[in-house]
Amino acid sequence: MSTATTIDTRHANVVSNTLTIARRNLLHIKATPEQLVEMSIQPLMFLVLFVYVFGGAIAGSSRDYLQFALPGILVQSVAFLPFTTALALNTDFQRGVIDRFRSLPIARSSVIGGRILADGARIVWSVLIITGFAVLLGFRFGGGAAGAVGALVIVTAFGLAMCWPMAFIGITARTTESVNTWGFMIILPLTFASSAFVPVESMPGWLQPIANANPVTAAIDAARGLMLGGPVARPVIESLIWMAALVAVFAPLAIARYRRRV
Amino acid sequence: MTSAIETEGLAKSFGKTRALDGIDMVAREGTVFGLLGPNGAGKTTAIRVLSTLLRPDEGRAAVGGYDVARDAEKVRGLIGLTGQYAAVDELLSGNENLFMLGRLLGVRPGEARRRATELLEAFDLAEAATKLVKTYSGGMRRRLDLAASLVGRPRYLYLDEPTTGLDPRSRLELWGMIRSLVADGTTVLLTTQYLEEADRLADEIVVIDHGRVIAAGTPQQLKTRVGGLVLQAQPADPADLPAIEGILSSFDREGDGVYNDGQLVMVRIDDRSAIGQAFRRLDEADIAVDDLSLRRPSLDEVFLAVTGHVADGDELADEEPAREGTDERRTG
Repeated sequence: MSTATTIDTRHANVVSNTLTIARRNLLHIKATPEQLVEMSIQPLMFLVLFVYVFGGAIAGSSRDYLQFALPGILVQSVAFLPFTTALALNTDFQRGVIDRFRSLPIARSSVIGGRILADGARIVWSVLIITGFAVLLGFRFGGGAAGAVGALVIVTAFGLAMCWPMAFIGITARTTESVNTWGFMIILPLTFASSAFVPVESMPGWLQPIANANPVTAAIDAARGLMLGGPVARPVIESLIWMAALVAVFAPLAIARYRRRV
Repeated sequence: MTSAIETEGLAKSFGKTRALDGIDMVAREGTVFGLLGPNGAGKTTAIRVLSTLLRPDEGRAAVGGYDVARDAEKVRGLIGLTGQYAAVDELLSGNENLFMLGRLLGVRPGEARRRATELLEAFDLAEAATKLVKTYSGGMRRRLDLAASLVGRPRYLYLDEPTTGLDPRSRLELWGMIRSLVADGTTVLLTTQYLEEADRLADEIVVIDHGRVIAAGTPQQLKTRVGGLVLQAQPADPADLPAIEGILSSFDREGDGVYNDGQLVMVRIDDRSAIGQAFRRLDEADIAVDDLSLRRPSLDEVFLAVTGHVADGDELADEEPAREGTDERRTG
């Protein structure tokens, strides 16, 4: 069945392998178009619901609340998107696809790296859609073009950093259900006990230190400062430290789990 | 002949279960080596160790001269893995699956595309090339799975229960494909629960049970060891079972006794002529039978012969932590 007896297999490295895996993951969107809804319509729904349901009560008017809440909704969205990282890796393990990858002479990091690269593309897509839609609804940047770009970069980087703990969960959990359970138990309180939807000062005293220490708050405060033209130095530095810490802790953990999972 | 795959005292435990309990085996280059055993005997664990997916606890294993623990990367460059657990991507087309694997293996895009097309044609999947794998039938999936393990033209091909759950026609097709691969010089390591499959394909067989080698040799040697043939009869009326038992017991030369499972009566015989005599005796006794046949000993009987116990499913189920999502592949 095969005529030639050799095949030239010398043209691969970590970068090309990571890109190949990322391409594979993005091709899945073609097979399951409902992912597009998850990436596009769902965050917009959140934006509209929060702004028009709570806006009046929290900020006096929907328009004012949109200004306040957009950075929070952006960060919340990119904190939830890495669920895909966790669920997709978990499914790949269960289906045996990862066994195939692990039996190939490719870098161990390229499978997780390719997953996160693909999810990075999804994060960028969502951030642009949400921001574009918010501008249509009347959102105005108060921090200039540089601030706007800086805010979107911070938000995207935060989403990418959150992919690593979620990758760890996806590789560690035995079932899809436990990925969901653990993911929600961590992401939901993180995004709500933050400065996303209300000012931290409005929370009860015991919750304030928790909300202030929350990495989500740091990312939101940084994005908010850059988007609206407020204080930026401290939250930007804080959120950069948080992101570096998340990656430094969870990237090695996720890769070690990936190697060892039976 | 040099040895392609060699293990020495290979052991692996999962918690208290000793999945591999000191396996020694040698597969020669250019042959089909069969690893035969019931569910949970340790076959899949052995494959996973030999494909570097699991590290052995004790002992050593070498593939193509490279140690699976120390030179894992080298081993991965030599092997192709197909089986229960190594899957294809359901959300990609057959073509995309093979192209992706070619690229991962470091094949240039143009050549990876050509290789994908070539394999899809060889495995009778050309028409379904651009369809998503989740729309494939069980047989098509297995063929794509096999094609996927061949993208890099591996020297050693591992087939982990390649035909479990396949219909007879797909099974025959797959056997044909495996034979032509071996003819091309590939060394095949095959695990199977079916004696017939090992018999048809393997040059040498190792029978394992509870992680230990309990018999080894060529198919011919093994069958001689188990010995003879099995004569079985199924009465039209179950009330005749005891009478049939009486008649068949007169053919029992080895003193193994007659086995009655409530539907069938079986006895081990040495001489083919027994079936003719049995037919006449049943006819004389006026017993109607739905089935009277001769067959080779089954895997169960090999087990009975070499272990003295029946291969039972219960204690065998927990070879490895349970995985979801694999059941569909077994029945698919």
